[in-house]
Amino acid sequence: MGWRLMRWALLLLFAVFFVVPLYAMLDFSTRQAGGGRTGEAWAALVQDPQLSSAIITSLLLAALTVLGMLLLLLPTMIWVRLRVPKATRFVEFLCLLPLAIPALVIVVGMRNVYTWVNYLISDSALTLTFVYIVLVLPYAYRAIDSALSGLDVKTLSEAARSLGAGWPTVIARIVVPNIWSGVLSAAFISVALVLGEFTIASLTNYENLQVVINLLGKSAARVSVAASLASLIFATVLLMALSYVGRGRRAQEGSLL
Amino acid sequence: MSRRSGLIPSLALLPFLAYLTLFLLIPTVTVIVGAFQEDDRFSTVNIEALSSPAALRTLRNSILLSGSTAVIGAVFGALLSYLVVTAPPTSLFRRVVVSMAGVLAQFGGVTLAFAFIATLGFSGVVTEMLRSTVGLDVFGSGWLFGLPGLILVYTYFQIPLMVIVFLPALEGLKPQWREAALSSGATTRQYWLHVGIPLLRPAFLGATLLLFANAFAAYATAAALVSQGNPILPLLIRAGLTSEVLLGRQNLAFALAFEMILVVAVVMTAYALLVRRTSRWLR
Amino acid sequence: MSTHRTGADSTGVEVVLDGLTRRFGDVVALDRFDLTIAPGEMVALLGPSGCGKTTALRILAGLDRADSGHVRVGGRDLTEVPANKRDMGMVFQAYSLFPHMTVADNVAFGLRMRGVGQKQRQARAAEMLDLVGLQTQGGRYAHQLSGGQQQRVALARALAIEPSVLLLDEPLSALDAKVRTQLREEIRRVQVEVGTTTVFVTHDQEEALAIADRVGVMSEGQLEQIAPPEELYTRPRTRFVAEFVGLTNRLPATPDGAAAEILGSQVPLLAGSATAGAGIALVRPESLSVAPSGDGNATVVTRSFLGSLCRVVCELDGGPEVVAQALIEEATDLHPGVRVRVTVSRSPVLVVAGD
Repeated sequence: MGWRLMRWALLLLFAVFFVVPLYAMLDFSTRQAGGGRTGEAWAALVQDPQLSSAIITSLLLAALTVLGMLLLLLPTMIWVRLRVPKATRFVEFLCLLPLAIPALVIVVGMRNVYTWVNYLISDSALTLTFVYIVLVLPYAYRAIDSALSGLDVKTLSEAARSLGAGWPTVIARIVVPNIWSGVLSAAFISVALVLGEFTIASLTNYENLQVVINLLGKSAARVSVAASLASLIFATVLLMALSYVGRGRRAQEGSLL
Repeated sequence: MSRRSGLIPSLALLPFLAYLTLFLLIPTVTVIVGAFQEDDRFSTVNIEALSSPAALRTLRNSILLSGSTAVIGAVFGALLSYLVVTAPPTSLFRRVVVSMAGVLAQFGGVTLAFAFIATLGFSGVVTEMLRSTVGLDVFGSGWLFGLPGLILVYTYFQIPLMVIVFLPALEGLKPQWREAALSSGATTRQYWLHVGIPLLRPAFLGATLLLFANAFAAYATAAALVSQGNPILPLLIRAGLTSEVLLGRQNLAFALAFEMILVVAVVMTAYALLVRRTSRWLR
Repeated sequence: MSTHRTGADSTGVEVVLDGLTRRFGDVVALDRFDLTIAPGEMVALLGPSGCGKTTALRILAGLDRADSGHVRVGGRDLTEVPANKRDMGMVFQAYSLFPHMTVADNVAFGLRMRGVGQKQRQARAAEMLDLVGLQTQGGRYAHQLSGGQQQRVALARALAIEPSVLLLDEPLSALDAKVRTQLREEIRRVQVEVGTTTVFVTHDQEEALAIADRVGVMSEGQLEQIAPPEELYTRPRTRFVAEFVGLTNRLPATPDGAAAEILGSQVPLLAGSATAGAGIALVRPESLSVAPSGDGNATVVTRSFLGSLCRVVCELDGGPEVVAQALIEEATDLHPGVRVRVTVSRSPVLVVAGD
């Protein structure tokens, strides 16, 4: 049938378009002057001090962002569902707002706030956590929200309270274990986003993974390409693991409103 | 419930509100206010600078880049989504495509920039292959590092973003509609014409708008690819923040950022209005 | 086309499903399935999920293809004809109304596909909405209607094209109990008025028995029995039918030729019964009488009040529990623990071989 042939042809075209650059990264990063293959550029991932410290910075930022996001979002969202349902639309709007405000705009306008942060807390790159939490908010919100929607939080909490549980117990032992897939989902997406963040880090002169990849681009292109491919692979593995966590639930990252 | 307990639960939301105010709302307001200031006094000089030929040129380029990649991304992304949705639901193909789409769409422009440098750069894999086999110099004078290059690389993340956004809409097309149309006498063409396409059109248009806003606000890819000149708005903002040539005219950067918020806000509002009314159909 | 037709001058056609077999991998959904439906008749296909009733309907509609067998409608062989050319109207379980079209446009859809002009379409759509009692809802959208109303629109849409066969795939399963009862009467009323040959698939025996001309009970891809509701109920031909339709008691019985001994009485046997050996009689609750008795053969376990009747559960001495039926006046002394005598009436029963 003509359509089947067309289908395979189209799939092939898409495969070529998307796979060729990825293959090119592999090839480019393993080139040796005078032919042959070498793993030098890849070894630099752990050996080059600037790069490895940037990797560690980014990983720490990812971990801190996930923690901060959960601390901020979980109690708020559960509280809204249990006690202030009227605020649902408002909280949803606020959480989705970062989608409409570009990171570039945020970094331009956050200088004064960050002056205080740097003065009161610290000067290190890890303070980027605060603004990163805002960046991941929309995606984390939707992941946790869809998990909460699959649970009748009100009934469960009323049952728990009638059996004598206090609010902290209800949240920690009743609700969270049941939305675990949503929490994991939010965590994975946040990690992927933080590892890929460039805009804010570069314009505030901090050195995270993407900034260093870019910096090394001029002097050590092969290392940059190796690091790029490595981070893409890492993020893919993360998101593929995510698809097994969220099995049974429809992936909702798509429809944004 | 007594009135007292109606207020106190709301108070528990204060930390959340405070946090967002600090790290989202204040920066935004700073930009909007700063656009209308110069030397810490009210002034429209920076707003007026937005209509200078240079500023207008970058705006036009940004719109061109965003519009073209939005349309290309929408069409090909919808096509790829259709190919995915007609594959078996739990197949590996689908998992891989959806995960990779997630990575490529949201992960990071810098890595994509380097992917294309490795492919079509001066010593890129495809460049060298074409040079040595067909004698074709595809690198030329470095078009990859200008607007045409940006269009190509942006497409690489616009198509996956379209897949992420549009796939749920395609999945929302209930098989009962197709069967009901068929048993009412419609041919497959008539089904798409009268039922399928009208139901998908708002989601498709909305997704295109989303792609536009995404490209318009994107910074990392351009920052990594383009080192000379400021062809598009985000790069002009970078120049306003970092360049000595522009004498660190920070308020000009504010005005440019304000322009960016305006465009993105308008597009996102249109998106919201379009999708809200009709998303119910495909739930 | 402008007046409702009565069943008398119906234009229904005969439907024949001949030897349909359909496999899904290792599962045999239909096994040489045969069914003949007379013009204008409403046949219900009844059975548990997985019995093949929906598969049979979809093959008839053209939405699925049988591995072997034929579909003949009005004498024409439709086996190879695609779904959109079969001239059938179908009502699905749920979600089948096009959400972006008004109710009237939904109903007129089939006519539009056939190229009928706008004025004629609108008139016909209005007529069909009138038929199902939704004259005023033409301008509304599916999400603004209740489930019952949506299904009525779906019915109007299916009938608007004057199909030769009307197909209903569990149309009431997604609705509330009360709406279900009302709507099934509606469906029957409309079907009789228009006179179309109709196939109605359901897993709810009450529905099937209440409105169909004949009910076909299916199990594992085969037709166990097809008969008018009363016959199905009082003269089941197989154990499956006897146990699936209505409540059944299983009592020890000793068949001997044309009758069997059950609880001390001789009861005539239905065709298909075992004729010798230890057997189990499948007896309806209304065939059992219960009366207080000093030297009875059972003890009352519970009594439930069901409005006009009482259901009395008794435990036979050395035997199973049985459910009997009694009028309220008869059951006043039947408290738990009371000794009673349970007797079987003389209506014929089906006896199957004992396990």
